[in-house]
Formats: sequence, structure tokens, C-alpha cells
Amino acid sequence: MAQVLLKDLNKKYDEVHAVKDVNLHIRDKEFVVLVGPSGCGKTTTLRMIAGLEEITSGEISIGERIVNDLPPKDRDIAMVFQNYALYPHMTVYDNMAFGLKMRKFPKPEIQKRVQDAAEILGIHELLKRKPRQLSGGQRQRVAVGRAIVRHPQVFLFDEPLSNLDAKLRVQMRVELKRLHERLATTAVYVTHDQVEAMTLGDRVVVMKDGWIQQVGEPLELYTKPANRFVAGFIGSPAMNFAEVTITESNGALWAENPGLRVRVPGGRQERLRPYRGQHVTLGVRPEDLHPATTGAAPDYTFDSQVEVVEPLGSEILLDVKAGTNALVARVDPTVRVKVHEKIRLALDPEQLHFFDLKNEAAI
Amino acid sequence: MVIERKWKKWVFFYIPLTVFVIGTLFPFYWMLITSIRPDAELYRSWRAANNTPFWTLNPTLEHFRDLMAKTTFPIWLWNTFFIAVISTGISLFCGLLAGYALARLRFPMAGTLGTSIFVTYLVPPTLLFIPLADIIRNFQLGNTPWALILTYPTFLIPFCTWLLMGYFKTIPKELEECARIDGATRFGAMVRIIFPIAVPGILSAGIFAFTLSWNEFIYALVFLFSPERKTVPVGVVSELIRGDIYFWGQLMAGALLGSVPVALVYSFFVEYYVTGLTGSIKG
Repeated sequence: MAQVLLKDLNKKYDEVHAVKDVNLHIRDKEFVVLVGPSGCGKTTTLRMIAGLEEITSGEISIGERIVNDLPPKDRDIAMVFQNYALYPHMTVYDNMAFGLKMRKFPKPEIQKRVQDAAEILGIHELLKRKPRQLSGGQRQRVAVGRAIVRHPQVFLFDEPLSNLDAKLRVQMRVELKRLHERLATTAVYVTHDQVEAMTLGDRVVVMKDGWIQQVGEPLELYTKPANRFVAGFIGSPAMNFAEVTITESNGALWAENPGLRVRVPGGRQERLRPYRGQHVTLGVRPEDLHPATTGAAPDYTFDSQVEVVEPLGSEILLDVKAGTNALVARVDPTVRVKVHEKIRLALDPEQLHFFDLKNEAAI
Repeated sequence: MVIERKWKKWVFFYIPLTVFVIGTLFPFYWMLITSIRPDAELYRSWRAANNTPFWTLNPTLEHFRDLMAKTTFPIWLWNTFFIAVISTGISLFCGLLAGYALARLRFPMAGTLGTSIFVTYLVPPTLLFIPLADIIRNFQLGNTPWALILTYPTFLIPFCTWLLMGYFKTIPKELEECARIDGATRFGAMVRIIFPIAVPGILSAGIFAFTLSWNEFIYALVFLFSPERKTVPVGVVSELIRGDIYFWGQLMAGALLGSVPVALVYSFFVEYYVTGLTGSIKG
């Protein structure tokens, strides 16, 4: 059981600055997910925690110890790799027992721990097989089993579900979450899949180009994104963005562009006042766009034309065009619209997001 | 499946295959038939009425007996084996460590070093034996097995290093990283995880090195001169051709016995050997 502390962590390869000034406090027993597009530095950060990459500058501590110069074997961590990394010449049992054997555990203890882990993961009948005789999902379980028998201070996961098919991935995701609750061990999990990040993480760290963009609980990232990148990255389908001009009429601020005219909600007026006459980015999530009812406030409705209809069963995605703006709306499956029809949409004034055009920070 | 015309299969597959098989195996057949043919038939005129060049009706083991009893062939065989095994051992050991380092460790000039090791393998032995002869003389190793045991690695180590480096690169590095997290040192992970997985590659490197040193001719010819020190390829040629007299029967018997161990080694490891060449490890 341990906390993990990253202080001013930097990693430079010859020309690439892969990780930039990362500061992160991962609390004891917390499940933290690092998420971001490929090349954002999330895997490098994880590998530095594991001790597989040298640190260019900064400090990493696990528990009370600074581990900068400790080799991986002395950091008391376990890692699950994307390609599982099972030892092909050993049986499942030997794969799981390897770490304990290296640490000179007595044989009965090894046996007990492997049996327990196999029980938890439901791979009891596979112990005598070789990795090549297992399916992808089974290999994944063995890889997890090999990590949990060690009872390490920290679990590290490097995109462990990426090689599984979609159905199995959802199933393993739930199992991992259940497992974490049962074992109550600090875990750091790297993925590029925002759904995995949101469902698994106690807290989620969004990274881009080596920088941390935002750290927060999943719903906090969703409702209060710190910048345009996080807003666009979290949520599926992605948030709609439109460039608007802030104008003032009758003492109220309006965000408008050809095709869209929305009154800035009361609570936001003060913060947007300095942007009068300037361009900002308006963001609205597809789920915050609805067909306008007759009583809807006219300040938050606009006309649009349907271009594509994607019926998904539990919901319908409408790709619409309002003036120059291409937007996606996520509407109820009972809504009956056809392509090329006109539809009047209303947006939820409480769920509007504004971003500075230059530094992309939320306003 | 596509249905093809029968004649196409014959023209493009069976006939070329037959030609290839005959072309490959005929020298061995000729070696065998010559070694069991009595002298009277061997030195008969090609145009003689009863000449039967492709078979014999009076097979004899006389040449084998003579080879064993009248020449130092058994000693050559032992010399060759001894030299080949030890130089293969040395080269495999060095090749394993060097190949691993070049494939896995990040150090300055690693790429250049890898290439230059390969380039040394390309220097022809027919040039290299001149400076090597000087070295052998200075260390007074001439006419001893060590003259060959220490010079064969000059081409075997680059060969093994290069082959094993390629093999190590096919093994996912996560296996090793996982072992290091599991509690092994870098060296421990190499010995416990990488080497066992690389057995097919190590075996093929070993077999190749063994046959290369078994068949080596030039260094053996230059560095050894007493008859009882020679290796099979040199001994057979230099002791069984006296002036312009060819002892064909014994020559072929010697060649046959000389190639049998190599053939045995090959067939014994053939499965490993093939997977070693195509080598791929899935995690």
C-alpha cells in the first residue's frame, strides 16, 4: 500500500521532449488513469515509474522512498503489458510463480498465492498450459494474475485491454474494476481510450504533448473541462465547437456567428465581458442539444438542417448544419426526422462551455 | 482452389524439382559408389567394354579399411571434431553476449559497432590468413590445434553475433522488462527468459559455426603441417594425392566419413534449425 509522488518529472530523448514537468500525487489505494492521444507521454511516464526508463530530471517516490535510482526489481511494483508479455517457455503456473521464486518465497506460500489468484481470476484449470494454448482473454487474465500474486505496492497497467476484441474489453474492464476494489492497491493505468479512462479511474489525468492538461474525477473532467483539448477528448461523440463573436445588446452579452445566436447565461456574463467584440470558442456537448419544444426560450434555440441520421437504438445521432456550423446532436430515439428536413434545436444554457481562442483555456 | 492445367504443374514444378534433386544428390552418390568400388574397376579405361561407371557388382570395404589402418584418418577426424567443438563453443559464448548487447542495450555507437562486426565477417579468409600467420608464428602456435581454435573465431564470432542479434530482436522486449519488474536483474532476465526462448536461434548459430569450422580449409592448410595434426578436409587432399597419383577409393571414403558427422548434426537438429531461421516468438 503506497502513494506515488511525481515531482517535476521530465524525460528527454535526443530530440524529443516526451514528458514535461509532470507533477502528480497518486494517493494510497487510488486508481489513476493516464489518458491521451498516442505520443502524449503517458506510457513514458508509466515506464519511468516502473524504472524501465531513466528520468531526465525530477523525482519519483513510491511510499516513503525516492526510487529514482532503484532498479525495477526493488521498487515493489507489478506491471501488466499490452502484449501480455507471458514467458512462452513456461506454464501458466510458472509464469505466475516466477516473481515469487525470484524473491525466494517458500514453496508452499508460492503455491497458495498462485492458487488464490487463479481462483479469483477463474483460470484454475489453465495452470498447466503454455501461453500459446490460451486465448487472448485468458492470456490477459494470466498477465493480471502474475501481477497480483506478488502483492505489490503499486500496479502499473500499460494499455492492457487494447489487444482484446470490443466485447471482451468491456467485460475485462468491469473485472479489473471489481479486482481493484477487492485488492485495494494503488494502481496507475495507461490507455488511449477515454471510455476506459472514465469507467476505471478514481481520477483521470489527461495528457497531451508531454504536458498534463487536467487532473480530476471523471465527471469533473466531463462537466468542467479545463481547456478545449480536454473538452474535445472526453465524451463520445465529441463536444461541438463553434467560433463565435461576443457582442453586447441591451446590456446582455450574446455569442453569435452566422447561423447561431445564443445569449450568454447570467452566471457567465462577468467572465466573458472582457471578450466583448472578440472571437471565442463555444462548446456544447451533443447530449445538451434537443429538439426545441414550443415553450423553449428563444434565446437558446436555433434552426438547422439535418444532414445525416445515425440511429443507434438507444439514441439517435443527428449531424446537422446551422449556418456555417456543423453540429452533432444526440437525441431521443422517439424523435422522427429525416435527412434534409429542418429541425429547431434548443441548447441547455447551463451546459455551455466557452474557451479562449488563443490559449484554449476554459473561460 | 484454382484448378490448373496438369502440364503446367509438370513444367513449373515436377521437372525443375527432379533436376534439382538429381543435381544435388548425384555428387554424394558418386562419392559413395567410388568409395565401395574395387581398384580394378576404378582404374579401368572409360572406353573399356565392361565399364559400368554408375554402379558396381563387386562392392568392397577395402578402401575404408585402408583409410583407417594405413593413414592417420581417425586422428584427423578427432582433430577436426576437437577443433570444431571448442571454436564453436568460444564463438557461441561471445556471440551470445555480444548479440544480446547489440540488440538490447542502448549505448553510443551501437549501430556502427553492429555493422562493423558484420563487415569483418566479409573480409575473405584468403587475405586474412597472411596477417594471422604472422601472429600465429609470433605466439609459436604453428602446427598446434590452438592455431585453428583461436583463428576460427575471427569469422565465427561475427557470424554468431550477427545471427543471434537478429534473433534477439524478434523477442518482444516486454518479456525481459516484465522479468526485471518481477525481481530479476538484467543478467538474470537474459539467462532465465531470453536464452531459453532463443534456443532455436542459438542452436542454428551453433550448427552453422560447427559446419563452418568442420569444413574450413585455408587456415587448416596453412597453419598445420605434420600429417598427424591435420584436419579431415586438408588431410584427405594432401595425404591421399601423392604427386599425380589419386587414391580415389580412399579419397572418397574419407570424404564420405568426413561429411557424415555434419549430416548427423544437421538432421538431428533440423527442426530447431528451421524454426531458428524463420524464427518468430509470439508473446
